[in-house]
Amino acid sequence: MIRQTEEIKSRTQIASIMHRLKKNKLAMLGLFVLLFMIVIAIFAGVIANYDTAVIGQNISIRLSKPSAEHWFGTDQFGRDIFARIIHGARISLSMSIIAMTIAVTIGAVIGSVAGYYGGVIDNVLMRFMDILLAIPPILMSISIVAALGQSIPNLLIALAIAYIPVFARVIRSTILSIKDQEFIEAARACGSSNRRIIMAHIIPNAIGPIIVQATLAMGATILIIASLSFMGLGVKPPAPEWGTMLYEGREFLKQAPYLVLFPGGAITISVISLNLLGDGLRDSLDPRLKN
Amino acid sequence: MNDNILVEVKNLKKYFDTRSGKLHAVDDVSFTIEKGATLGVVGESGCGKTTLGRTILRLVEPTSGEIHFEGSDIVAYNNKQMKELRQKMQLIFQDPYASLDPRLSLSDLISEPMVVNKLYKNKKEYRERVDELMKVVGLAPRLINAYPHELDGGRRQRIGIARALSTDPKFIVCDEPVSALDVSIQAQILNLMMDLQEEKGLSYLFITHDMSVVKHISNKIAVMYLGQCVELASTQELFENPLHPYTNALLTAIPTIDLSQRDNPPELLKGEVTSPINPVSYCRFYSRCKYACEKCKSANYDLQEVAPNHFVSCALVTNQAE
Amino acid sequence: MANKLLEIRDLTMEYRTDDGISKVLNNVSLSLDEGETLGLVGETGAGKTTTALSIMGLLPKKTGFITGGSIDFDVYGELTKKREAEMRTIRGHEMAMIFQDPMTSLNPVIRVGDQIKESFKIHMPDLSSAEMDKKVDDMLEMVGIPSSRKNDYAHQFSGGMKQRVVIAMALSCEPRLLIADEPTTALDVTIQAQVLNMMKELKKKFNTSMILITHDLGIVAQTCDRVAVMYAGTIIESGSVNEIFESGKHHPYTTGLFGSIPDLKKDTKRLSPIDGLMPDPMELPAGCAFHVRCPKCMEICRETMPKGKVVSGTHMISCHAAEGGMQNE
Repeated sequence: MIRQTEEIKSRTQIASIMHRLKKNKLAMLGLFVLLFMIVIAIFAGVIANYDTAVIGQNISIRLSKPSAEHWFGTDQFGRDIFARIIHGARISLSMSIIAMTIAVTIGAVIGSVAGYYGGVIDNVLMRFMDILLAIPPILMSISIVAALGQSIPNLLIALAIAYIPVFARVIRSTILSIKDQEFIEAARACGSSNRRIIMAHIIPNAIGPIIVQATLAMGATILIIASLSFMGLGVKPPAPEWGTMLYEGREFLKQAPYLVLFPGGAITISVISLNLLGDGLRDSLDPRLKN
Repeated sequence: MNDNILVEVKNLKKYFDTRSGKLHAVDDVSFTIEKGATLGVVGESGCGKTTLGRTILRLVEPTSGEIHFEGSDIVAYNNKQMKELRQKMQLIFQDPYASLDPRLSLSDLISEPMVVNKLYKNKKEYRERVDELMKVVGLAPRLINAYPHELDGGRRQRIGIARALSTDPKFIVCDEPVSALDVSIQAQILNLMMDLQEEKGLSYLFITHDMSVVKHISNKIAVMYLGQCVELASTQELFENPLHPYTNALLTAIPTIDLSQRDNPPELLKGEVTSPINPVSYCRFYSRCKYACEKCKSANYDLQEVAPNHFVSCALVTNQAE
Repeated sequence: MANKLLEIRDLTMEYRTDDGISKVLNNVSLSLDEGETLGLVGETGAGKTTTALSIMGLLPKKTGFITGGSIDFDVYGELTKKREAEMRTIRGHEMAMIFQDPMTSLNPVIRVGDQIKESFKIHMPDLSSAEMDKKVDDMLEMVGIPSSRKNDYAHQFSGGMKQRVVIAMALSCEPRLLIADEPTTALDVTIQAQVLNMMKELKKKFNTSMILITHDLGIVAQTCDRVAVMYAGTIIESGSVNEIFESGKHHPYTTGLFGSIPDLKKDTKRLSPIDGLMPDPMELPAGCAFHVRCPKCMEICRETMPKGKVVSGTHMISCHAAEGGMQNE
């Protein structure tokens, strides 16, 4: 509440949300890990040269244990595992961000139209979404890759299709809960057009839940990409995708477990961080927690 | 056509289709509101007063009937005409929490109607007008960038009033604007609204369930029950000479600060309000009325003038008057 | 001379949060005789609900702390020192509370009869199920609901009837004290009249004492025996209902409250409320909490909290400008 005496240092809603988020230590941990990953992914090329360290083979030092020279050891082709992991971060993050962006954009359009206009349009669109939702995302991705062929663009299409209905649902329900609020009626009472109401009032208020969903979905997407790669259906070797590294390293599990440990660890840490961050965002967006 | 009348409503009806039948939210209501005057609309849950307010502004489309504003029937207006008209008719909401977009600052909220209608040319002009409006409604200038969630109910309601005034309207529908506020803040806001009315010659349709508030602010009062207007009279006349049994029940149910009422507790209205879906064809108050008799079931209970400018819809009362 | 049922002395309580300390109750003193109805009046933020929760021992454990004072209840001793297990035997049995919003007070997935029966299961476990069922039927009839409706769910009742069910639940074990927190605020005025009347009759029948929390002075005038006015966590005025409503002397805040209500009998051009707002309990002003808004503010008001002065009979006003003797202990 505003104190009667002090000067107004207004907090926007976003600032209030960040303030609450900061108090959630686990969520902040997730945020920092994510930021760390992003920084590493951006500077991966500077830290380790792609051609020499990541895909360049050097049989003489194959399967060497973690040491001062090779922090995470080397794999069966003599490639530095640490270098591969940080380049792999690039792949995982960029793919999941692109897939999510596509899914959010298309899902938002479908969900907004369904939510705002209702009636038959709503019914038809949401039934179609239900059909897509009935198929587990990983199964959906496998089917699409199998049908269209194994390539990164196809993988992205598969992921996007799997998640479009998730975002359409979230956005539709957010819009339904907002559109009957009195401030929407107030906007209509002063002559706002439908378009203005959607753009200026509904969407800004809907961004919160979208961000929560997107964060959580990113974690799931990274896992799906890795899973598909592990099955040999995702990113092809020699690309250093973490799941692909698991695929390549599984036969050496007993003699050189670090081939599998580090990529597995990278997947686990990134997915957990995104989940912690997503949960934290959800809690801090919840208006019931406001004083 | 009386030049002094700003708003005239004739036979206004709003029905909703539900699974169990037709809901008669507003059922054949007629009244006039003069320039610079306030019509108070009172009633309890289910009486249709909120729907009435929204229908007059065509935020909800009427099922049938006429709504005249400054002489023209606005029911037939197209979107463009309605948009222009909305500058002259505004709405103040009951809930000072839900009626403000939580993501907009105070100045954005107040200027929105002006921006939508492109009333000014540049940011400076808008800002000046917002400053002026804040002063008029009693909001401290330092609050201009504050957000609704940082302010209390009274201040939020002032934002709602400033927003409604921003397009210089002639008519404001006030839907229970003070019900959610503490008693002393209520009084502050009521004083403000009455001052504004005097200064700018505004007309209000003031919807409330609180009889003492409606008495204070209205020139004329319409009592509603299950979508119909059961009594319509000037404020003084209604309180001195209430005729409809429901009006009487409303008045006697109010707990007053007069201690002598403790020794003579008034008779209580029994039962609960019946459903507005597929209502009976005879008087809808029949099931709760202590004067109800067989004649009521077949009598005509249209709103009739039984004294100068005093209308009642009760067959027994109108029979007596004849 | 009636027995004292509840005696609250100098109760002080604060909420400790990350944003600061909120001093919600500051030296609250109240007493309630057997069979009496005390009206606790004040606006939002005055601390009325917090007082009720303190009596019931329902303050949030992690953030609510009683830092001083005592609450003595009948023969059950000092409540602030009791362990939770002991409070649970008292709550619902000897003391009950009903809340403002009947929509959220009832469990939507349990039949109303079973919700009333729950009280008996907890506090009178020796009764047989058939005996409990009979008691449930009796309670429903007493609040004006046909016992045939005991198998209905909450959503099948109107607001007024839901509140009656809530009252039946509260009174089922015939508690000595009933705290009603704005029980009729959400109801229509004609339904409010019915419910208040019913509460008055039941109170007489069970000889229950009641604390009625409300902001409506009219309700207080018609239903209460004694009145206490609360502002920023302190009782600033108290007395019998006759003293409060017929006396010419009042605390300036009480005067403001009366001035805010439109008069049903006379024509009032303008209402005379007090300007400004109740202070934030995180930033209470020094001295008298009301001095910032008070038309009669003097130098001493800015520095010292006023003590309660008896201006006549049992009429106490806590104001430096009031004339009267010191309050008896």
